[in-house]
Amino acid sequence: MSATGIIETQTLEVSLGPQHPSTHGVFRMDVVLDGEYVVKLKPVMGYLHRNHEQIGEKIAWLANMPYTDRLDYFCSMTNNWAYALAVEKMAGIKVPERAEYIRVIMAELTRLLNHACGIGFLLSDCGAWFTPVLYGLRERELILDFFETVSGARMMCNYMRFGGVRVDLDDQMLAMARNIVARWPKFLDEFEKLMTENEVLLARTQRVGILPRELAINASISGPMARASGVEYDIRKVDKYGVYDRFDFRVPVGETGDVFDRFMIRILEMREAVKILEQALSDIPAGPFIAPEVKLRNFKVPAGDGYGRIEAPKGELGFYLVSEGGTKAYRYHVRPPSFINLTILEDMCLGHKVADAVIILGSVDIVLGEVDR
Amino acid sequence: MIPTVEQIRELLSAKSPALLVDGGELLAVAKFLKNDPQLQFDFCSCVTAVDYIKQDCIEVVYHLYSVALKHGPLALKVRAPRALEQCRVPSLTPVWRGCEYQEREAFDLFGVKFDGHSDLRRILMWDEFVVHPMRKDYVPPMDYEWEPTPHGETLTRAKAQGGIVPASALEAKK
Repeated sequence: MSATGIIETQTLEVSLGPQHPSTHGVFRMDVVLDGEYVVKLKPVMGYLHRNHEQIGEKIAWLANMPYTDRLDYFCSMTNNWAYALAVEKMAGIKVPERAEYIRVIMAELTRLLNHACGIGFLLSDCGAWFTPVLYGLRERELILDFFETVSGARMMCNYMRFGGVRVDLDDQMLAMARNIVARWPKFLDEFEKLMTENEVLLARTQRVGILPRELAINASISGPMARASGVEYDIRKVDKYGVYDRFDFRVPVGETGDVFDRFMIRILEMREAVKILEQALSDIPAGPFIAPEVKLRNFKVPAGDGYGRIEAPKGELGFYLVSEGGTKAYRYHVRPPSFINLTILEDMCLGHKVADAVIILGSVDIVLGEVDR
Repeated sequence: MIPTVEQIRELLSAKSPALLVDGGELLAVAKFLKNDPQLQFDFCSCVTAVDYIKQDCIEVVYHLYSVALKHGPLALKVRAPRALEQCRVPSLTPVWRGCEYQEREAFDLFGVKFDGHSDLRRILMWDEFVVHPMRKDYVPPMDYEWEPTPHGETLTRAKAQGGIVPASALEAKK
């Protein structure tokens, strides 16, 4: 205590992570605290860096497909699709209709499992230690069983090919998918009720970590994060890649852009994904599941560059590719959604308590395999 | 020279629209693209660099979209010489906040210096790393583990590569 009777305080520097359950992997936040409040925050990444892009430039176009599984290891199907889409765009490959439907089914199932687990982990951060995650993981496991039946692997599916998919879905597999989708509306009702009627959760998440709309656009935030802030932008609607223009679904948009909105947007997106899945599973046409004219052996892409992107569960997943006309990419760049969504972390956390910083990070929904590449 | 709205419109109807500008004009062109009411490229989606070793230049590529008008992408490209001292382009972080970390990544992996960037540090590699690993002339280390006393071919390659072996270990060998 000083002579004037005022208690003099100092700010405290704390390194949160890289080995901490709340950081969702090896990620560090260097925070400066004034008491309980965050006054400065610097994200430190790169602990899982393996120069994925350089690997992609040293191997054949198709040989890189299994590597994309390892970017966002929750959503290997959408990673495959984004890469395949970028290459198909450059090579001018037309994908058969059945393959497009299969891709939509896989991508939307991926969205379901990603959001269910993402919300579960967010609630873990809020203090609902592992019960909600287990409900999410239980449903996810059924989807992973389906992925395993189709592709042979639960998580590292390596399922898409340029011009289509690797294995066709037979009637038995389609029935399996329909059974899974039929469970979801009931599960979502339960899951949503469990969370949104909980007063502790509302107190912890509402008006916390607000991201204004203009800042979200200017900082290149995409996916559920941007939509929670009121940015009405969904690549499925804007680019109409695949066969998304044939399905009837809405794009949920939030108002305040706080943690609660980001949580609710994911619930609503899951409901829309169920709608898309129901339509896709009933309308799926017969036909080839891969374009027969594509020669995957010694596959070459015409010289030039191209950017292909899809609406992955976490946001805009893009691939920028440069080809010299050979069997390998000259330049292979990934635009990972969770890395770019993470860059705004400091703006959202300033003025909040440390415990809030943890749930704000949880609401971004990051996977370090993709952030660090 | 700043392009006109009509030129950009015409570009956007091409297969992969790209606009190559000089480093000196980059900032002005970017501001024009963002602020023009008919273009409104308010979303800078992807920032990266490409090392064109044969043309002796590094190209920085910005992919722009418009959230307001829902068009894009437009690839905004700018070239800089490969030599590390001259490899500079103006930073677009003042125009689009989203460039900040991606420009840091381009600096880290390619060695492009972004003038006007507030916090240009390595982001994926560690701070002590010397070279820029995504350049085409990067020599990968022979041993991925740290070797306390590198010798023979390993030492030669480690010297060529520069960053893997601590400077003290190289010093001790001299």
